[in-house]
Amino acid sequence: MTTVAASPHTGHAHHDDRSFVSKYIFSTDHKIIGIQFLFLSLFFLLVGGILAMQIRWQLGFPGKPMPGGGILPQTMAPGGVILPEYYLQLVTMHGTFMVFFAIMLLLVGVYANFIIPLKLGAHDMAFPRINMASFWSAFVSGILMLSSLFVADGAPRAGWTMYVPLSARHDYSGVGFGQELWSISIIFFGLSSVLGSLNYITTVINNRAPGMTWFRMPLSVWALFITAVLGLLAVPVLAGAAIMLLFEQVLGTHFFDPSAGGQVLLWQHLFWFFGHPEVYILILPAMGLVSELIANGSRKPIFGYHSMVFAIVGIAFLSWIVWGHHMFVSGMNPTLGSSFMVTTLLIAVPTAIKVFNWLSTMWRGNLRFHTPMLHAIGFVTMFTIGGLSGIFMAATPLDMFIHDTYFIVAHIHYVLFGGSLFAIFGSIVFWFPKMFGRMMNEAWGKVHFWLTFIFFNTTFFPMHMIGMAGHMRRLYDPTIYEFLRPVQPLNVFISVNAFLLFAVQIIFFVNFWWSLFKGEKASQNPWEDNGLEWTLPNPAPHGNWETPPTVYRGPYEFSAPGVTEDYLPQNRKLPTDREPALSPAGH
Amino acid sequence: MDPPFPAERGVDVYNKKLGMWVFLASEVMFFAALIGSYVILRFGAPGEWAKPGVVLNIKITAFNTFLLICSSVSMVKAYAAVSDGDIGKMRFWLLMTILGGACFVGIQVFEYIHLVERGFVPAGVREGSELAEMVAKGELPGATMGLYGSTFFTMTGFHGFHVTCGVISMLFLYLTKALPGKYTQQDHAGIEVVGLYWHFVDLVWIILFTIVYLI
Repeated sequence: MTTVAASPHTGHAHHDDRSFVSKYIFSTDHKIIGIQFLFLSLFFLLVGGILAMQIRWQLGFPGKPMPGGGILPQTMAPGGVILPEYYLQLVTMHGTFMVFFAIMLLLVGVYANFIIPLKLGAHDMAFPRINMASFWSAFVSGILMLSSLFVADGAPRAGWTMYVPLSARHDYSGVGFGQELWSISIIFFGLSSVLGSLNYITTVINNRAPGMTWFRMPLSVWALFITAVLGLLAVPVLAGAAIMLLFEQVLGTHFFDPSAGGQVLLWQHLFWFFGHPEVYILILPAMGLVSELIANGSRKPIFGYHSMVFAIVGIAFLSWIVWGHHMFVSGMNPTLGSSFMVTTLLIAVPTAIKVFNWLSTMWRGNLRFHTPMLHAIGFVTMFTIGGLSGIFMAATPLDMFIHDTYFIVAHIHYVLFGGSLFAIFGSIVFWFPKMFGRMMNEAWGKVHFWLTFIFFNTTFFPMHMIGMAGHMRRLYDPTIYEFLRPVQPLNVFISVNAFLLFAVQIIFFVNFWWSLFKGEKASQNPWEDNGLEWTLPNPAPHGNWETPPTVYRGPYEFSAPGVTEDYLPQNRKLPTDREPALSPAGH
Repeated sequence: MDPPFPAERGVDVYNKKLGMWVFLASEVMFFAALIGSYVILRFGAPGEWAKPGVVLNIKITAFNTFLLICSSVSMVKAYAAVSDGDIGKMRFWLLMTILGGACFVGIQVFEYIHLVERGFVPAGVREGSELAEMVAKGELPGATMGLYGSTFFTMTGFHGFHVTCGVISMLFLYLTKALPGKYTQQDHAGIEVVGLYWHFVDLVWIILFTIVYLI
C-alpha cells in the first residue's frame, strides 16, 4: 500500500531500471495499468462483437448454416446451424461481455486509470499496488467468464440479468458449471471494481496538484470521480447477490426459491439496485470524456461548467432511486410504479442540461472536425436519440407494451454503442499519442467514424420498429410467429448492416495496430489542449512529473483574450496569476 | 506515509486512512445487501425460522461476541500505546487482538461443525438428523427451515471471512512491521488503518448477533 511511485527516487524516466516484467506486466504505473486495461477490454469488445454477429445471423437467416459455423462443436451449432441452447448462450454472454468487460472496463478501467493522475498533476494513483491488484482481479474475472464458454453444458443461458429461478437451478436452465462460473467471475469483478474505485476516489480527493481546486478539475475527472462513487456503492450489492446466487447453485440454499419461502423478486431488486447505477457507470465517464473532446474541437470554454458538474452529481443521485423501472411488468403496486416513473423522468432534466451545454459549447465555436470531435458529435446525437427512447420506457403504461421487445434492445444500443462506444473511440484516438507517443491515422479515423455512424444507425434504428411490432428480445427464431413474418425482411436488413458494421471495425483495428508501430510521431501537444497531461512528453515517463505542476486556471480556457495561441494550458503562468496557497498533502 | 510532494488540500486525512474509510463504505453496502435480503426474507416467511436458542447456541456465541468486543478494546490499547511511543506495549496488545480474532474464528468453526452434526446446513435441516427428528416431533417449525440455514450460514460465514482477513492482515503487520520495529510514535498508519477495519467488523458482528441469534 506504500506509494511506490511517489518516492522521489523513482520519479524519473532516466532512473528507470525496472525489469520488463515489473514495467509492463506487474506494473504499478497507472499509465501502464490503463493500457493493460485497454488491451484487455478491446479483446472482450471483439469477443462480444463476434457473439453479436452469430446472434444476427440466426435472426436474419434462422435455420441456415452459418458461414464458418462448421468449426463450432456439435453441442453449439451442428453443421453450422445455431442450436437454441447455443443461441441463449450467445445473448447471455454478449450482454455480459459488453456491459462488464468491454464498456465498463474501457471507460472506468482505461480512462480512470490513465487520465485521473495525469489530469490532476499527481505522480500516480494513491495506492499503485492496489491498482495493480484491481487489474489482475479483472483479468482473472474475464478469464473465468470466457472459460464458461468451454465447459460442459456451455455458458450460462439465463440472460445477462441472470433472473432466478432460471439461473439458480441447474435442472431449469440445463447449464451446470458454466452458470457457477458466471457468479464466481462477477465476484472477482466486484473485487476489481471496488479496489479501483477506492483508488480513484482517494486520488481525486487527496492527490491534486497545487491550484487544482475542485472546480478547476476537468469534467472528465469529475465524471470519473462520481462514477467511482457509484461503482464503490453499487458493485458490492451485485457481489452480495452473486454470492447468494452461487450458494443457491452450489450449496442448495433457498434465497430465491418460493417453495421454501424464498423470494424470486429479491434477485431482481438486488440486481437492478446495482443495475441502474451501473447504467450510469457506463455513460457518465463517456459524458465527461466527450466534454473534453467537444471543448477542444470547438476551441471554446465549455458552456456552463458548473451546471455540467451539478448535472453529473444529479444524475448519479437519481440513479439510486429509479431501479424499479426495470421491473414494471414484474408485478408492482401501481403507486410505487408511478413513483419510479417520476424519478426516472426527472433524470431527463440533468441529461438535457448536459446536451444543451454541449450544443452551446459548439455554437459559434471555431470548430475543428478532427476524428475525436466527430466521435464526440456522434455521441451527442446518438445519445440524444437513445435518451429520448428512454423516456418512452420510463412511462409505465408504455413500458408495459414495449417491455422485453427489440425497442429496449434498440434503446440500450443507442446509449451504449451510439453513446459510450463513440465516446470511447474518440477518446482512444485523442489519448493515443499520450499512451503510445504516435498519432492514429486521421484520414482512416474519419472513414472509420463515418462508416460506423452510418451502419450503426441502419443496424439499430430499425430495431425500434420491429420492437413496436412486437419482436421479443432473446427470441431464437422470429419466423415461427405469424405476426412477426412481416418484419422478417427488416430482420435481414438489420443483420446485413450489422455484418457491415462489424466489418468496418477492421479499419479501426488495422489503424490501431499500424499506428502503434508505424504511426506518425506525436508532437508534445498534438491537439493543442489545455490539460496537464499535454505538458508532459509523449508517452509520459513513470512517475509523470519531476516537479509537481502548479495550476492557475480551469481546464477550458480556449481562445482566451491576450494569449497568442487559442489555448492556455492549466499550468502556464500569466503575469496576472497568483500562486495558489500550498498545503502539504494529507495533513 | 504521505506523498513527499505538495498537493491541493483534500480532506485532512492521509491517503491510507481515507482509502480505508472509502473501502468501508463499500463494505457497508455489501453487508447491507445481505442483511437487507435477510430482513425481507424473514418478514416474508416468518414460519421458516426457529425460536431463538433452539437451534443456535446463544451462550457460546455471546461469549464469542464478548471476545470480539475485547479484541476491539485491545486494538485501541495497541493504537494508544504506539501513539505514546511505547512499542513493546503496542506489540503486546496487537498480539492480544490477533489472538482474540483467531479465537473468534476458531469458536465459529467449532459452532459450524456442531450445527452440521446436528443437521443444520445451508439448505435447511438435513434429513435423518437430530434436528429432523425434532421437526417430526413438532419441537421445531414444520417447514424445512431452508431460509434459516441459507441466511445464517451466508451472513455469519461472510462475517467470519472478514474476521479471518483481519487476523491475517494483523498477523502480517505484526511480523513485518511491529516486530522489526518499523512502527514509531510518528509513523504507525498501519495500526490505525487495520484498527478501523477491525472496529467495523466488530460493529457488523454486533448487528448480526442481534438479528440472527437473539431475535
